[in-house]
Parts: sequence; C-alpha cells; structure tokens
Amino acid sequence: MKRKHKRLTFVGLALLLLATAAALTLSAFEESIVFFQSPTDIVTKSVSPNKRYRLGGLVEEGSVRKKDDAVVTFRITDMANTVNVSYRGILPDLFREGQGVVTEGFFVSDVFTADEVLAKHDENYMPPEVADALKKSGKWNEMSSKMKKQGHVLGGGSQ
Amino acid sequence: MLHRFANPTRFLRIASIAQPWIAWATILLAGTGLYLGLFNSPADYQQGESVRIMYVHVPAAWMAMFCYTSMAIAAGIGLIWKHPLADIAAKATAPVGACFTFLALFTGSLWGKPMWGTWWVWDARLTSMLVLLFLYLGYIALINAFDDPARGTKSSSILVLVGLINVPIIKFSVDWWNTLHQPASVLRMDGPSIDESMLWPLLLMALAFKTYYIWVLLVRIRAEIISNKIRILRLRQVHG
Repeated sequence: MKRKHKRLTFVGLALLLLATAAALTLSAFEESIVFFQSPTDIVTKSVSPNKRYRLGGLVEEGSVRKKDDAVVTFRITDMANTVNVSYRGILPDLFREGQGVVTEGFFVSDVFTADEVLAKHDENYMPPEVADALKKSGKWNEMSSKMKKQGHVLGGGSQ
Repeated sequence: MLHRFANPTRFLRIASIAQPWIAWATILLAGTGLYLGLFNSPADYQQGESVRIMYVHVPAAWMAMFCYTSMAIAAGIGLIWKHPLADIAAKATAPVGACFTFLALFTGSLWGKPMWGTWWVWDARLTSMLVLLFLYLGYIALINAFDDPARGTKSSSILVLVGLINVPIIKFSVDWWNTLHQPASVLRMDGPSIDESMLWPLLLMALAFKTYYIWVLLVRIRAEIISNKIRILRLRQVHG
C-alpha cells in the first residue's frame, strides 16, 4: 500500500466514524433539538405548571377570539389534538387562522398562556393571483391537506 | 521544486484567460437576476414585498454550503494527495464562504423580524448555520496561526473535514426536527413549491453567486500563488 492510499483509507474511515458519532449524538439529543412540541406531544405527556414550553401547530380555523385589553385566545391544532392558548400582546403579521405558529409560555391549568407568538411561514411561494386561482379552482384545499398530511406546515418532525 | 509549481503555472495561464469571461458572466447574471427579482417579479401572496429578500438570502445560503463542501474536498485532496494547488484553493475559499454565510444569516434575520416576529431563534436550521460561520472563522484563524504554513495547512484541513458533518445537518435540519425555519422550496423530492415567476430570478441569482465565487476564487488563488513565490524568493535570499 502506498502512503497516499493509506492516508485515503485513514481519512475515509475517520469521516465514517465521525458521521456515526454525530448521528448517535443528534438522535440522543432529539428532545432538546426540536424547536417546539406539537399538541399531541403535550397531550400525551403530563405537563408541569412551572415549566416553559414551546407549542407549535396550526391556528385552528374559527378559533381566534379577540377579548378586551389586547388578549387573544385561539386553539392550536396538529389535526389530531388541540390546545387552548391565550396571549396578550401584538401578533405577527402572518398570524391568521390556518397558519402555522410557534408559541412560548406556561400552562395555567389547561390553558397555555403564551408570552410570545411567532408566525411560521411555509415553503410555498406564489403571487396573489396564483393563490386566488388555486382557491377558485378548489385545488387550494387539496394542496394544504396534502401538506398537512406530510406534516410540512408543522415543520416536519420525526413522526 | 519544479514539479511542485508545474501545475500552478498552468493554472495561472488558464486563469488569466478565463477570468474576464467569468467576470462579465457574473455582472450580466447578477444584473438580470437583481432586475427581475427586485422590479419584475410578483410580490408574494402572504409575505408581500418582503419576499424579495429571498433572492439574496437563498443563493447566499446555498453558496455557504457549496463553498464549505468545495473547501472540504480541496482540503481532503491536499491532505491525501499533497496537491499544493488544492490547499491553496481551500485557503482561498474560506473568506468567501464566510461572507456568504454571514450574508445568509443577516438577510434571514432581516426577513425574520417582519415575518416570524423575531430576529433570531435557536432552532436547528439557524443554529447549524451559525456553527457553519464559526467553522469558517475557526479555519481562517487556525491556518493563519502557524509560523510554518505546512503545519497550519494540515491542522486546518483536518478541521474542515471534521466540520463537513455540519453540511448535511444544515440541509436536512428542517426535515429531521421541527424548526421555525420553513422546509426547502426548490431542492425537494416532489418538485419546487415556488411559483415559476419567482423561481427564474432566484435561479439566475444562484448562478450569479456561483460565477462570482469562481471569479473571486481565481483572483485569490493567483494572489496566493504569487505571494508563495515571493516568500520562497525571500527565503532563498536570506539563506543565500
């Protein structure tokens, strides 16, 4: 074996080992790498009242209620489970029903009291005319339900 | 010694012919891409005019990963086959890649504030991209920290190869974990989820960024070869 072949094997093996180590580490830390938890994650685990959570999902259609003194309540859903959320503050521009959001806060009894609401943007880029045309032809729901099934609106995840 | 510089000399000859062509291609592509992206493409149905940040942000992010991968390949070739030109190419790529990474992070932050409602979050995509910037900066610091360039090249090449593991993590972070950052719109299994009127300017800009990288790379490699020659001449003078 020539020296350069030795070096090639060595570098190849080292990279392979490194990739394995990285894969093991990342899968071990999965819990802390995910940015938010879905309503199903929250519902299936028992929640502790003093722990900060990030809850993400879609704002359920028809669930947004604006109360006095700038409090907004809505439900976050992942199409399987829903969680009631209350938030006091200014909502981001992209916040609307059917849109993905990530909220951060505490559970006060059964209501998730958020102190931060971030809008999630999906990967679809199109001019307004195209969006209108899709809605008119009825393809819009087809597309969004396909995306929800793939979990894209909810950010992938590892289900 | 002659054998060591045989290839760089040929490279210098080819580079000086190719450079003006690549420079013109970059100017033309970037000009057309920017015009289409900023003035002659539609606003997004949700993001409005802010979508135009994408025409810089996405190509910059692609180039950040492309430069790192090229740098790792070059560093690997330098490490295994001891090819001097490969080491020079790796060294010349690092600052360009670092700039692209910074640009992607910066423009992403500008977009994030009006769209997400925050400048920055520690999600998997954003964090792994920040790690990429630190890898570039670490490489640049390490390769310049040695008095003996050969030893510096070896250590920093190993650093680049170790950091290569971060590139697939960046790419697939949005699929493996849930993140605030959206999944890929162009490079995805079921075809682009971006309207054609926006895809064309984006691809033109991506091409412009790529030719810009080649252009700057040629300039930087030439400069590096020449400064190496000067160093060797000076050493000869000193040692008589």
